[in-house]
Amino acid sequence: MTKARHEGVVARNRLPLPVPALALAMVAVAFFALPLAGLLWRAPWSKAWGYLTADDSLTALRLSLVCSLWATALSVVFGVPLAWLLARVEFRGRRVVRALCTLSMVLPPVVGGVALFFALGRRGIVGQYLYRWFDFTLPFTTTGVVIAQTFVAMPFLVITVEAAFRQVDTRVEDASRTLGASRWYTFRRVTLPTIRPALAAGAVLAWARALGEFGATITFAGNFPGTTQTLPLSVYLSLQSNPEAALVLALVLIAVSFIVLVGLRERWFARPGVQP
Amino acid sequence: MNSLGRRHLISLVVAGLALVACSSDDPPASDTSTRSAESALTVFAAASLTDAFTEIGNAFMAQYPDTTITFNFAASSELVTQINEGAPADVFASADLSNMSKLTDADNNGSEPVEFATNQGEIIVAPGNPLGIASVADLANDDLIVVVCAPEVPCGKYAAAIFENAGVTVTAKSLEENVKAVVAKVTLGEADAGIVYSTDVRAAADAATGVAIPADINVVAQYPIVVTKDAPNPKGAQAFIDFVTGPQGQQILASYGFTTP
Repeated sequence: MTKARHEGVVARNRLPLPVPALALAMVAVAFFALPLAGLLWRAPWSKAWGYLTADDSLTALRLSLVCSLWATALSVVFGVPLAWLLARVEFRGRRVVRALCTLSMVLPPVVGGVALFFALGRRGIVGQYLYRWFDFTLPFTTTGVVIAQTFVAMPFLVITVEAAFRQVDTRVEDASRTLGASRWYTFRRVTLPTIRPALAAGAVLAWARALGEFGATITFAGNFPGTTQTLPLSVYLSLQSNPEAALVLALVLIAVSFIVLVGLRERWFARPGVQP
Repeated sequence: MNSLGRRHLISLVVAGLALVACSSDDPPASDTSTRSAESALTVFAAASLTDAFTEIGNAFMAQYPDTTITFNFAASSELVTQINEGAPADVFASADLSNMSKLTDADNNGSEPVEFATNQGEIIVAPGNPLGIASVADLANDDLIVVVCAPEVPCGKYAAAIFENAGVTVTAKSLEENVKAVVAKVTLGEADAGIVYSTDVRAAADAATGVAIPADINVVAQYPIVVTKDAPNPKGAQAFIDFVTGPQGQQILASYGFTTP
């Protein structure tokens, strides 16, 4: 990744982008910048602080951050082994498993939410036993929010990390093993540093997807302030009664995401020396 | 080569401007450009009208074969926001008066709102009412999973009013974005009870059972309908409203459990 970036810089300096490509790129930039400019333009700046510090907003923001970080953590814990399985282990039906595990990326989130009901709801395949034996239900709980977010976010980490696992030069790992390192040591000191940029990228993608998650959350976990009402749900509902407050909340969501995307890219993705 | 590049650039800029111009006017969901303006009619209607208006739409199109109706069913509050932001609706049918006021206050109506139906609140429970829920007061039981609409949407306001009239405090597990979401949570078995419209209980058929709410604590939802100010097809819009308020429309509404104002 680092190498490619440097090549890109060199190429850019020598050969200016052809005019048609530049024009297309500018249209693309405008396409992303204009809606944001629209939000900034319509935002009620004089009242922004009041809306921001309203109890409901802070509660929703806190819940969004907590849930999306949990979803990211779960995505890493389960997603990295899954990516490793998909990248390194030859088995029949691997393509089917991969498709299955990334399906929720393309599934409409509301469908995902309903599917989660059928799996983990009070009458779901697994959920009915949780309810019968432990009197435990996932819908309408904060845990339900984390589950819904993890369901839609984890594939983003899995496909990113799987690609990285495939690019690791296995001879370096073999060399490490031949020199007497344990599998865990080799993974920690050889494989992990190599995939770290991809892991960071995947984790950020998954986190961003979890933070913005709406459809699966409102379907599976419902909407209740303090328990399941994350910031996107709060924005959606206040858009109907108080559009000004919705705009301010939307900008908070954008600001948080923007800071993380800008900050993390420089810090993690562009670190030199991690490539073998 | 250079002139070719410039020509490309010009055509691109033109295409880009056209794109920008289109995107600012048309919401992606209701692209009317493929049909002639004469025959296309876009109706924005409250989610609780979904089934009745679908049938009314079919009856209308049978009578006016040149017209194609596109419906947008959602919470009234969401629809009025969309119209006030410039969505190309011809007709707006709201599940309450306050969302209609949001439209008329913004001067986005092209006719005076007409009340065409009324509806009542009802408790929706699992088929056969296995938990034996008999009254609004029973919903105060914290062991029950009760879901209602969010206070931002009409059915949520009605639910709050019913609880207040009954003098009970009900802690809902979820405040849903529209009435059909409440129905779904109950018919999927995830919630034990919810407050919806009588028409929704009827529409759910075998999937749910209704528990009536006495008239003295119940609310009457009034449904107004209007032509929007910027209606692309104002004539068709008025014809549709006349149809809804006419005998055939009223009969269809009654068959779905709506009452006459």
